Amino acid sequence: MMEFVNFHLVPGVVLGCIYALGAIGITLTFGILRFANFSHGEIMTLGVYFAWTMVHLSGLHPLLVAPLAMALTALVALGVDRAFYKPLRAAPTIMVVIASFGVMLMVRSAIQFSWGVQLKGMVQGIQRPLIWFDALRVSPKHLVIVAAAVVLVIVVHYLLSRTRTGKAMRAMSDSPELARLTGIDTEKVVRTTWIVGAGLAAAAGILLAYDTHVETTMGFKLLLPMFAAAILGGLGKPYGAILGGLVIGVAEEVSSYPWIGDAPLLNPGYKAGVAFAIMVGMLLWRPSGLFRGRVF
Amino acid sequence: MEQLYGIFLYLVSLAIMGGIYAILALGLNLQWGFTGLFNVGIAGFFAIGAYTSALLTTAPSVRHLGGLDMPYVAGFCAAMTVTGVIAWAVGKVCLRLRSDYLAIATIGIGEIFRLILKNETWATNGPRGVSMVPRPFEHLPEPYNQLLFLALVIGAVAVLYALLETARKSPWGRVMTAIRENEPAARAAGKDVERFRMEAFVIGCMFMGLAGAFTAQYLKFIDPNATELTTTTFLVWVMLIVGGSANNKGAILGAFLIWAVWSASEIVTGRLPDELAIRTAYVRIFLIGLALQIFLQKHPHGILPEKRPKPPPANS
Repeated sequence: MMEFVNFHLVPGVVLGCIYALGAIGITLTFGILRFANFSHGEIMTLGVYFAWTMVHLSGLHPLLVAPLAMALTALVALGVDRAFYKPLRAAPTIMVVIASFGVMLMVRSAIQFSWGVQLKGMVQGIQRPLIWFDALRVSPKHLVIVAAAVVLVIVVHYLLSRTRTGKAMRAMSDSPELARLTGIDTEKVVRTTWIVGAGLAAAAGILLAYDTHVETTMGFKLLLPMFAAAILGGLGKPYGAILGGLVIGVAEEVSSYPWIGDAPLLNPGYKAGVAFAIMVGMLLWRPSGLFRGRVF
Repeated sequence: MEQLYGIFLYLVSLAIMGGIYAILALGLNLQWGFTGLFNVGIAGFFAIGAYTSALLTTAPSVRHLGGLDMPYVAGFCAAMTVTGVIAWAVGKVCLRLRSDYLAIATIGIGEIFRLILKNETWATNGPRGVSMVPRPFEHLPEPYNQLLFLALVIGAVAVLYALLETARKSPWGRVMTAIRENEPAARAAGKDVERFRMEAFVIGCMFMGLAGAFTAQYLKFIDPNATELTTTTFLVWVMLIVGGSANNKGAILGAFLIWAVWSASEIVTGRLPDELAIRTAYVRIFLIGLALQIFLQKHPHGILPEKRPKPPPANS
């Protein structure tokens, strides 16, 4: 029982927090700009490398440099939008999807060119897990990740529910025509979307790198679970994406628990397939997701 | 003289890989260009074809399944059949999703195929891959074996091109365009949209499987990372967009053009010192990506834009 909690449930929740942060950006881009952003994962990787460079230069804790890395990543995302997505706003959205596919490869190759492809570590040394009630083992890193994710989600919640821009974002996601009629500055909403999405993506990436390591394909590997989380929660629904991220993260980790007999139920090599299976199942059973998002 | 001969052999290998990419681009053109199906899992279907043909045509081996020593023609046919059957199953699940969703689903499928090839070591020898795949005509003397293989690839491109052109001008092709342009109207005209999309998807994927079989036999080796999968998929997309989607000549032109640029730039970066050579390799991907963006914004119809066939004379 405790093995299940320590090695499957807790890591699942940690992974779920990371997916949740990433999926908020995917779902907002889908809701507001109406396209599946394939470059989201690489934007995340870029944020990780910004943070790694700062940690490397200053010797500070990754979480201290994270805000600056998030800001830089958001700037890049705004630049990418200006150069590659904005000119295609009037074109069919599928053209923007192709463009984002191109941006994905461009950002990835820029990272590989600038930083090389070797694995890097964000923090050195191994931490001993904390042991509670003699049996529950929690790594301090995991506590930090969950706490950071909770703080960020509260900030996003405040932004979306209390500020004018946040309300405008939700309005545009729910009904773009009505939003435009009420005089919402759509370009400003689009800019905020990129800032929030890219900032959270960078944060998610930095937390993942803090837990594991830094590599050039880490964002791409998260793309599928993040899409799955966004679809599971309902596209355009940020709260849905958070729930979806948690469900996908836990499902991936729990799938390799030996439910029947002694062998893992699912070969851990296929973890990525769990997110995919949930996504396809959801698309077939209820494409609007748990939170009644949009179906495009 | 020696040098000229080397250049000649290089050009032949360039044309062979260009031809293989032309087959991929034709397959994608049928799916995206004509029918509007957004397939980003190209590399996955390519890999299925490559593995099927490799496992059937190699000599018996304990490291992987198959090893039936079958003739290469059987390898090609099996590659197309297996890819077609798997594409049908994938299509059953994914084709009712619309464009963006289909893109997400197919990129996932490509990823799952890669996981299977990597994890099922008993069947595919896992990450170490399948080696010693026989290549047609390899026992003939030096330039002729290459030239005959080139002829085989070019022959395949010509046959597929002829088939697609006939299809494009037929009522079948017009239904495809109708589905792409206005699906509800096609449905209202009584066309079975699902069936037509499935046909385009399965046939396009069979082309990709065939291209995979050619690649496995040309390289004599295949492993889950033999070709950087996302790069392959991406290159095929760039080829089609630059050449001109919904134009079969454009797809072929784009394939040879982009492949020539891609390989020529490899010669340039390959001459740089080691550390720099590895890094500049990534600059090539960046520039190809930039080319895609420029075409999307400035020339969305590509070098050879779509030419719609003349409508048939109305029956009075």
